[in-house]
Amino acid sequence: MTDEPGVEDLLRELAPQVLGVLARRHNDFADAEDAVQEALLAAAVQWPADGVPANPRGWLLAVASHKLADLWRSEAARHRREAVAALRDPSTAPEVSGTDDSLALLLLCCHPALPTSAAIPLTLRAVGGLTTAEIARAFLVPEPTMGKRIARAKRRIRDSGLPFALPNPAELPERLRAVEHVLYLMFNEGYAVSSGPEVTRADLCAEAIRLTRRLNASLPDHEEVAGLLSLMLLTDARHPARTGAHGELVPLDRQDRTLWNQNMIGEGLALISATLPRGKVGYYQLLAAVAAVHDEAKTAEDTDWPQILALYGLLTRVSANPLVALNRAVAAAMVHGPVAGLAALEGLGEELAGSHRLDAVRGHLWEMAGDLTKAVVHYRQAAARTTSQAERRYLRARAATLNVEG
Amino acid sequence: MKYMLLMNHAPTGNEPAIETCTAEEMRASGAHMDQIRQELVESGELLGAAGLADPDTAKLVISGGDAPVVTDGPFAELKEFLAGYWLIDVDSEERAIEIAARTSAAPGAGGRPTRRPIEVRAVMRGADPEL
Repeated sequence: MTDEPGVEDLLRELAPQVLGVLARRHNDFADAEDAVQEALLAAAVQWPADGVPANPRGWLLAVASHKLADLWRSEAARHRREAVAALRDPSTAPEVSGTDDSLALLLLCCHPALPTSAAIPLTLRAVGGLTTAEIARAFLVPEPTMGKRIARAKRRIRDSGLPFALPNPAELPERLRAVEHVLYLMFNEGYAVSSGPEVTRADLCAEAIRLTRRLNASLPDHEEVAGLLSLMLLTDARHPARTGAHGELVPLDRQDRTLWNQNMIGEGLALISATLPRGKVGYYQLLAAVAAVHDEAKTAEDTDWPQILALYGLLTRVSANPLVALNRAVAAAMVHGPVAGLAALEGLGEELAGSHRLDAVRGHLWEMAGDLTKAVVHYRQAAARTTSQAERRYLRARAATLNVEG
Repeated sequence: MKYMLLMNHAPTGNEPAIETCTAEEMRASGAHMDQIRQELVESGELLGAAGLADPDTAKLVISGGDAPVVTDGPFAELKEFLAGYWLIDVDSEERAIEIAARTSAAPGAGGRPTRRPIEVRAVMRGADPEL
């Protein structure tokens, strides 16, 4: 947004607070969101030049209110004049805690009625305070395309009559699950966004961590939110070691572990250690626990695979995700040998038919078993099926290496 | 998920050639394509699209010793060539197929769908984080 990190951080901290007040006051999330976005853009230009105003939140609220009045005047057919007049009267602003507002915003943007592809950019803009241009860059799409996508997401919210309010306590768990899912996908998207052969990632990982951290701060007793934050930290900590000198993918067992971010590992471990004993164990906590076992191993050989196998055993009870079963087979191979791993893969074929992952794991297990010919066949098949450039390169290289050895 | 929809043109194929269309039929075909394009812009799914000039105007370039070897078209040996593409970003492969099917249904001679095959190709992504 600007070159001055202080202003940028401040704006992004204030964005959901200001939007919360405005959306609540006028009961129009969609227009209020547009108005706040314009106010943020104005502040990003003016504050670094003229200095941050004495009451930055009040400044943003005033500017956003004016923008909203302008917006409504241009849409006079939809709104009556009184609504515009009400904007001039600051006494109509009820005060609610900023934390509640941020949470309500997050719950609305991640509403299960929205497809996740709409929820992610809308969350980044409305809750994260990012500009459309920044979000478009992160997803490698043109800015007008991203603008249309966000507008469409808000139209859906308006057309479905979804209110900007905290849901009743009975609904909260399910709505939070939707939020966790969106944040987890946002994090994964950071890895997946790539147009070239290099293992790139946008700031989406950092954004997902920031938003999850904020959610965890407002709901410190929620085990799965803590688990999700821990999972993100423990995964992202390994990022610096994931790419080789030529941009190639480096698998976990070959990574230079001295490159792992020990601060993030420390924070992730502390979180998951404090959360697991509370007893309400769920999907993200278990994934975080697996990540923790990997991160605690000084070398790949030190990895406590029996522990990982046990955790995947628990994961298969809470999740029907076939990738969990696939990873459990890998863990079984590491504990009981490749024959056990290959046996565990039987029956997975149907659910993962056509998936490159199944072939990649088969290749890996046949390699462990010493049947290089079969390993090469499966690595090649996986390479032909993946839609990830980095993975294709890795799989092809693996097949080529074994072909020479075999 | 990003996909590229590729429209190939086979001059020797049995699809109804654009030359046999009346002016009205050509307009109908163009309107069909414009309509799809407009909808994809509005939905925030279209990243880019282009039609390509006739292969007669193409040049084939191959790296040589000192200077590249450049061959001018037309290339009589071409059975099929790329006529144009759409780059889209959609929620699912099903959605990409749906858009391709509508494109393939563009009206041709006599108002009948051209049923021109559209290639749906996934754009490569980065790698997912390891679990």
